[in-house]
Amino acid sequence: MSEWAADPSYETFVLNMGPQHPATHGALRVKLRMDGEYIVEAEPVLGYIHRMHEKMGENRTYLQFMPNTGRLDYLSALSYNHGYVSAVERAAGITVPERAEYLRVITVELNRISSHLLWVGAFVLDLGGFTPLLYAMDDREQILDLLERVTGSRLTYCYFRFGGLYNDVDDDFEAGARAIVKRMRDKLPMYHNLISKNIILRQRLEGVGPITGEMCRKYGATGPVARGSGIPYDVRRHEPYSVYPELDFDIPVYEQGDSMARYLVRMDEIEQSLRIIEQGLDKMPDGPVMAEKVPKIIKPPKGDYYFAVEAARGSFGVRLVSDGTNTPYRLKLRSPCFSNVSLFGEAARGMLLADAVAMFGSLDLVIPDIDR
Amino acid sequence: MAELPEIFRVMAYVGGIMAFVGLNAAFLVWMERKVAGHIQRRIGPKEVGPFGILQSLADGIKLMSKQLVVPAKADPILYRVAPALTMITAVMVFVVIPFGPALVARDINIGLLLIFAIASVNVLALLIGGWGSNNKYSVISATRAVSQNVAYEVPMLITVVTMVMIVGSMNLNEIVGQQGNLLQWYIFPWNGSILLPVAFVIFFICSLAETNRAPFDLGEAESELVAGFHTEYGGMGFGLFFLGEYGHVFVGCALASILFLGGWQCPFGWMPGVHWMMIKTYLLIFVVMWIRWTYPRTTLYGLLNLSWKVMVPFSLAVLLVTAAMLKVF
Repeated sequence: MSEWAADPSYETFVLNMGPQHPATHGALRVKLRMDGEYIVEAEPVLGYIHRMHEKMGENRTYLQFMPNTGRLDYLSALSYNHGYVSAVERAAGITVPERAEYLRVITVELNRISSHLLWVGAFVLDLGGFTPLLYAMDDREQILDLLERVTGSRLTYCYFRFGGLYNDVDDDFEAGARAIVKRMRDKLPMYHNLISKNIILRQRLEGVGPITGEMCRKYGATGPVARGSGIPYDVRRHEPYSVYPELDFDIPVYEQGDSMARYLVRMDEIEQSLRIIEQGLDKMPDGPVMAEKVPKIIKPPKGDYYFAVEAARGSFGVRLVSDGTNTPYRLKLRSPCFSNVSLFGEAARGMLLADAVAMFGSLDLVIPDIDR
Repeated sequence: MAELPEIFRVMAYVGGIMAFVGLNAAFLVWMERKVAGHIQRRIGPKEVGPFGILQSLADGIKLMSKQLVVPAKADPILYRVAPALTMITAVMVFVVIPFGPALVARDINIGLLLIFAIASVNVLALLIGGWGSNNKYSVISATRAVSQNVAYEVPMLITVVTMVMIVGSMNLNEIVGQQGNLLQWYIFPWNGSILLPVAFVIFFICSLAETNRAPFDLGEAESELVAGFHTEYGGMGFGLFFLGEYGHVFVGCALASILFLGGWQCPFGWMPGVHWMMIKTYLLIFVVMWIRWTYPRTTLYGLLNLSWKVMVPFSLAVLLVTAAMLKVF
């Protein structure tokens, strides 16, 4: 801190943002040391909804832990399902039929769109605009309806199984998915007209809350936060998994590092996800959705395994240490939100409260993902 | 009604205005929710009464039945005075509003000045409410509200001075009386000054900021300051702030329609009366709601910059151009 702050006549006060505050979207507490409306220090205080997911993983069989993965980042639960089943499959040496992998990718991308849509609405709500939230919810609803038909649930999915899927999609799925692609393509210009071109929003987002690529590297930030700061890192491209290498899509990257860049990255990602879904539907082969020889009780050989996927908020990694029994010896879940929230303290220094709220929203934090 | 004894006259108007402020607020809450609903592709309230019109009555009964809690470390006097003060100012400004040719409580010569004098006291209510409730969010909000109101009263009053120069009177009924038909409305540039439309826009934006409405609702920015100056208020304490806000919104829009849109005069010259005043005012209120549900919030500094760097120079330009035109023509 600079010398003027060490001056005893310099008065600051502590403002508790949370654990119950509209801007933190959950039970997260941010301790702010304020100079008037300027933030001198910001310190996220975590742990209000810690549920010991990692410890639970050590005491449950591999399949029993499966539903827990949908409760970390409940907005992109399918990505988390995907990361976990793939880690276990890698450990146990199970190969997945191609149709199942395509369906995994398609449903994960649908889930990513619904997650980004909810984020857009909540983000503009943080900035005081209420209406886009309901438009986004309306579009998200279509995706949830479709996923509900396929997976049986609307939010905390548990659709994937070791070696494939719980069940195949019905006959209407392809038509429904294509209808959603068309609907979203039609709707995206509306979002851009309402949000991206809005002069008040541009004033509030452009140049506000800069996060440098250096800062992202220091704190391990991934996903749209890193891509909005000029780091073109996407697990789907850089550590390819599933059928992503066979699909053609771009990784949107913006250099500015401000809140607007993070917003634009996510809007562009919706478009790219639509492309992935279309290609996936075109290329999806017929066949089984479950591998033939999957043991009833999974006992991976001794070893240390890691698998990372690109969830809606960044890189989600599962580290699995197996001792050869039917429960893992250690299950480490690397969640993107934990890394992304940790840079808030440094990035918010010297910002106005209102701008810090905008920047906080642009990080797209899901609190249960921070406190696993 | 001048033949009535003074005491009955006062009582009739006090009762009438109080009833109007209450009903108006109830109607505006319902209207706001319906407008918001339809803008957001949903229906809005529909269960209580036809089209949900009794919804605000139900809400009002709920608010009134709640216990009045004073937080332990709040200043008990200031905490209680603030909501009453905001309501008092809202009711008092109605005294000089001419709803119709004869429907005005006090037809006095300095009506316009009186409205601004009393409406400014509303800021004091927000300040002591925020200060008295002993909450950091409320204090931040109160300081925001004060700096915002100071900033926006300057261009607003300069615009009003411009209008007074053109009209030559501060009597609201006389201002309305000069705008007999559509072509004589003061919003049009041929009625005194070519910059009159600009003056209307400045006045309208300033009245949005004065009444703490979106996109200038920094005082109650719920994503930053929880609920701003009324964070600690529950029950009817909150209810009075709410009623007061809608009262001020009505007065702001009524003033805009009196100054620029001919008040109770008919655009086509037939059947002037209270219904025209209501139509114009509620149309303006609809625009206010439309703006609220479309635009996000500005920041305090963006708002102050807009006021001091854009609105004040523009309103001064309007004033100077108008003065020159009045001198020359």
